[in-house]
Amino acid sequence: MAECGRVDSNTSHTMDKSITLPPDEIFRNLENAKRFAIDIGGSLTKLAYYSTVQHKVAKVRSFDHTAKAAAGDKLYEISMQEEVTARLHFIKFENAYIETCLDFIKDHLVNTETKVIKATGGGAHKFKELIERKLGLKVDKEDEMTCLIKGCNFVLKNIPHEAFVYAKHADSEFRFQTTNPDIFPYLLVNIGSGVSIVKVESEDKFERIGGSSIGGGTFWGLGALLTKTKRFDELLQLASKGQHASVDMLVKDIYGGSYGYLGLTGDLIASSFGKSATADKDFSKEDMAKSLLHMISNDIGQLACLYAKLHNLSRVYFGGFFIRGHPVTMHTITYSINFFTKGEVQALFLRHEGYLGTIGAFLKGAEEDNPNQYSWGENYAGSSGLMSVSPDMNPMQRARSGTFPFDMLEMDRLERQLVNLPLLQDPSSYIPDTVDLTEDALAREYWLYCFEEALDGVVKRAVASQPDMPEAALRAEKFRQKYRHKLQTLRQQPFAYGSLTVRSLLDTREHCLNEFNFPDPYSKIKQRENDIALKYYQKAVKSLDELSWEEKQFALVQGVLAGNVFDWGAKAVSDVLESDPEFGFEEAKRQLEERPWLVDSYDQWLERLKGPPHKCALFFVDNSGVDIILGVMPFVRELLSRGTEVVLASNSGPALNDVTNGELQILTERIAAMDPVIEAGLREDRLLLVQSGSSSPCLDLSRLDKVLAMVVRERQTDLVIIEGMGRAIHTNYYAMLSCESLKMAVIKNSWLADRLGGKLFSVVFKYEVPAGKPNKDCGAFSPS
Amino acid sequence: AKNKQTNKQTKNTSQKVFHSHVMVATNGSCCSSSSNAFGSSTVPSGSGTFENMHHLHRGDDAECSGSPAKRCRLRRRTESVRKHRPPFPWFGMDIGGTLVKLVYFEPVDITAEEEQEEVENLKSIRRYLTSNVAYGKTGVRDVHLELRNLTMCGRTGNLHFIRFPTQAMPRFIQMGRDKNFSSLHTTLCATGGGAYKFENEFRMMADLELLKLDELDCLIRGLLFVDRVGFNGHPECYYFQNPSDTQSCVKKPCTLDNPFPMLLVNIGSGVSILAVYSENNYKRVTGTSLGGGTFLGLCCLLTGCETFEEALEMASKGDSTNVDKLVKDIYGGDYERFGLQGSAVASSFGHMMSKEKRDSISKEDLARATLVTITNNIGSIARMCAVNEKIERVVFVGNFLRINTVSTKLLAYAMDYWSKGQLRALFLEHEGYFGAVGALMELLKTTEDP
Repeated sequence: MAECGRVDSNTSHTMDKSITLPPDEIFRNLENAKRFAIDIGGSLTKLAYYSTVQHKVAKVRSFDHTAKAAAGDKLYEISMQEEVTARLHFIKFENAYIETCLDFIKDHLVNTETKVIKATGGGAHKFKELIERKLGLKVDKEDEMTCLIKGCNFVLKNIPHEAFVYAKHADSEFRFQTTNPDIFPYLLVNIGSGVSIVKVESEDKFERIGGSSIGGGTFWGLGALLTKTKRFDELLQLASKGQHASVDMLVKDIYGGSYGYLGLTGDLIASSFGKSATADKDFSKEDMAKSLLHMISNDIGQLACLYAKLHNLSRVYFGGFFIRGHPVTMHTITYSINFFTKGEVQALFLRHEGYLGTIGAFLKGAEEDNPNQYSWGENYAGSSGLMSVSPDMNPMQRARSGTFPFDMLEMDRLERQLVNLPLLQDPSSYIPDTVDLTEDALAREYWLYCFEEALDGVVKRAVASQPDMPEAALRAEKFRQKYRHKLQTLRQQPFAYGSLTVRSLLDTREHCLNEFNFPDPYSKIKQRENDIALKYYQKAVKSLDELSWEEKQFALVQGVLAGNVFDWGAKAVSDVLESDPEFGFEEAKRQLEERPWLVDSYDQWLERLKGPPHKCALFFVDNSGVDIILGVMPFVRELLSRGTEVVLASNSGPALNDVTNGELQILTERIAAMDPVIEAGLREDRLLLVQSGSSSPCLDLSRLDKVLAMVVRERQTDLVIIEGMGRAIHTNYYAMLSCESLKMAVIKNSWLADRLGGKLFSVVFKYEVPAGKPNKDCGAFSPS
Repeated sequence: AKNKQTNKQTKNTSQKVFHSHVMVATNGSCCSSSSNAFGSSTVPSGSGTFENMHHLHRGDDAECSGSPAKRCRLRRRTESVRKHRPPFPWFGMDIGGTLVKLVYFEPVDITAEEEQEEVENLKSIRRYLTSNVAYGKTGVRDVHLELRNLTMCGRTGNLHFIRFPTQAMPRFIQMGRDKNFSSLHTTLCATGGGAYKFENEFRMMADLELLKLDELDCLIRGLLFVDRVGFNGHPECYYFQNPSDTQSCVKKPCTLDNPFPMLLVNIGSGVSILAVYSENNYKRVTGTSLGGGTFLGLCCLLTGCETFEEALEMASKGDSTNVDKLVKDIYGGDYERFGLQGSAVASSFGHMMSKEKRDSISKEDLARATLVTITNNIGSIARMCAVNEKIERVVFVGNFLRINTVSTKLLAYAMDYWSKGQLRALFLEHEGYFGAVGALMELLKTTEDP
């Protein structure tokens, strides 16, 4: 059964009207909100709506170079434009505040054509009249289970690191699962007042295959009777302090030890509450609560396993108010599942489990907008992360908002659909990130410190990027506060947004910058860099062409690596660059580590180049300026000359000084005007510029633009080149591809260099051929 | 604890090594082999030799000149072995978590000569057990279950069924010492966890060696035996006809003619679920800690009652729908989307989340809800196991079902309703005594193994 109605009458929906809600923190963007949905459970209300967010984006536009006059030195112009994107808002708060929330919404809702509000959850009928009166919207009830499943499918598909395994005693309590694009079939065990076990086979096909009446309501009801404790949370707290063995009859109480013949250990519970039937004594509330918790968790776990076995399913997600982020119940359920399946099935939990109903109800209402046609991404700036609703878990949240505890989830509609790179060897086991900071305390400490240290510089650059906007300083300050708060949250709850990684820290920063309308703080720097580098292009190409074939191959690789030293994202480099703008390409080459490099398979690469050309190379590029123009382009030019087609994949949106697809289009055009090889490549469609779908300085090969994936497949890509620290070391260092791959990066962070056993400016040059795939040039030598 | 409650440990009782503990042994065939039906007595072959005895009882040799009790013990045993049966008295004991179940075979074919030879304390034990129906404050003989004129191991007699709380075990052992039980036997066949737990106390306090037997082996052997011999001319087994209709639901006797495979659900303090394919081939499919002990334990805490009888009495008068939240309490009627009837329980004790309802609830309602919750849960797990194991016959045993028609009918209903008539629930009259019967049979069998 799904969540029941709240029964404690003392928490009725009356509340202090004096609470003022901060409009920029909760119920954001209500001005143009539409498509409301509400899920009212036993104690929590979850509200959902759709809004459009207007924010600034940086656009680049090529000057007309035939009319040279106005252009000056600049290659292209940067303009800030307003763009409208769709966003989903989900807010969770206690039922007690429902009236205040409805009033607030009423006051701020303008220009909406919305006439109905989708509703689900056991409490929906109880508040129907109130909602209709306050909002003037018609309440339209949706089936609870249908909503739940819809919501579950949605988060599993759109939020990487949605599902996790809970391990109480492990270094990291939460182990997030890799995103498997194939989410079906799975079992959802919803533990509300009772238990529903639902088998989900596809987006629209699901079936309630079983259930049990022993659920959260049994724990609560029976617990209240036994301990005279009213609240569910208090019962759980009691349970966490109790000793069940004083109430339960254990195997050893019957056997004196273990029942070795059947392999039942002595500590196993033979009979729940068995001792209270015979022992003539009073039991403590804590012990009884604990015994009850074990009894119910074990029972649910056992049934879940029986159903999973019967239907041959190995993915079992648990949800419902009994679970809802409570470590105590996640632990007992996990224990039970491990016990009954001997580890064959893992109990999985969901980070946004509490939102499933409202997400589903919202989706039902938004069917005409086809939300399932798009990919959505969690907005780290607007989401509060796991567990923040539990007041004892995160007192910070309550203190900060000064109102009442609430929790938010915001999701942005991505402009393009994201899919796997078709060249991943095993998409189901692919993990983009090299280090999981939730599991590595030392690394976590370093990187959190590192990002905090870098914050001043980021703020400074953000302000500098908008010199003609006087309020930029104020916005930048707000950005600083927001991001610092995120870092503090992550320090306390590293798992708040799934696995904590360097990538997620970088992405969170980008989201926060966007939030305060700093869409591209590096735009001007990139522009200047590109201008300078372009002037040097022809000279660079000419000097390369004077080299012997073998010298040239090495110089090309060295060029890519040296170019990669120019990176404003890495602190060590940005310091040098800012103090000495003349820091040159040649200087960078001298900075590079001598061969043999830290990771060095250059010899194998060279051997490979002596063989037949690749059919098509996919090149994930990194920085603007010297990197792309003097490092990557000559390398690409050589590939084209060899007869290899090249797909240049660049970011769709800005991130640090990474070259965006928009910028790359202009740059390539300009280079083509100087270089017949590049020109011919473009003209003959052998050089393609495709956006990656990402706006991150790192790279998640499981979330790439669908168009890119299509091109990769059509062109029969047989070489993937990944460049830069963010894409080839922080992420994808261990990524296994089904074709040849080349990962090139310079380590520009001394801590990371130290970690990898190298030093600052150590080089990673990792050329890999998948095992079992005969190298083509080897094939040429095999006897016929 | 990383244990394996669900471990499907297929095992073969005949391969087990318990017999290495057995002090009483002989060669050749005996009154019965495990494949023969009991009751068909076999003519003693008289081929037992003293050589074997010497070999097996070396420890006793030196004591031939020992205490009178021990001399007597050896003599009686030797006689008995010559007849290929253990010396009287014949007991089988099952020491569970809550209850001790004792079966006692009272021979009624005692010859005058035998009577004369019968030692005094053996006589007194027999008289004590058969002339009383209650022992001390808590011991009870279930007279209605007595199996009369039964032939076991060539002897005819009555099988008595006695139970007392496991808590009274120390007093029982004390009594064993007072009655000088050790002069009659050195070995007492016992099963259940208590056989292990109390082994030392038996040895230290009463000079008695327990022959410890696996409880599941005993359960199956005892069950099959009682089903074979029947219940004084009536079938041991029964089921409920029309289980889904309270008006026309009636108990019907039946036989387990071809009992395999069966899913055997033993509900004692906790629950064990076995898939039984033959007498010697079974596996423990799973178990649950929500069993009879849970029902009684929770009832004691919730209502202040003290005994199983009291708890059941209260439950019989209560109404669980005042305690449980039904589907219709949430959805106003059936939850049609999933084919759930409005009358189905959605949340056991779900109404108790409300303070007003907690304050107004009766003890009887609470007792009933506890009973229904535990019973339904066992039914649900048993049903899933039956489906997973592809077994259609589900046999429920164990003392939880004693005088508990609420549960038996509920289980019958649950099996029938949720399986749409595919599964049938079967019950046995001697509910909780099969382990003890199995232990007794092991005693009789000890003499047949070479």
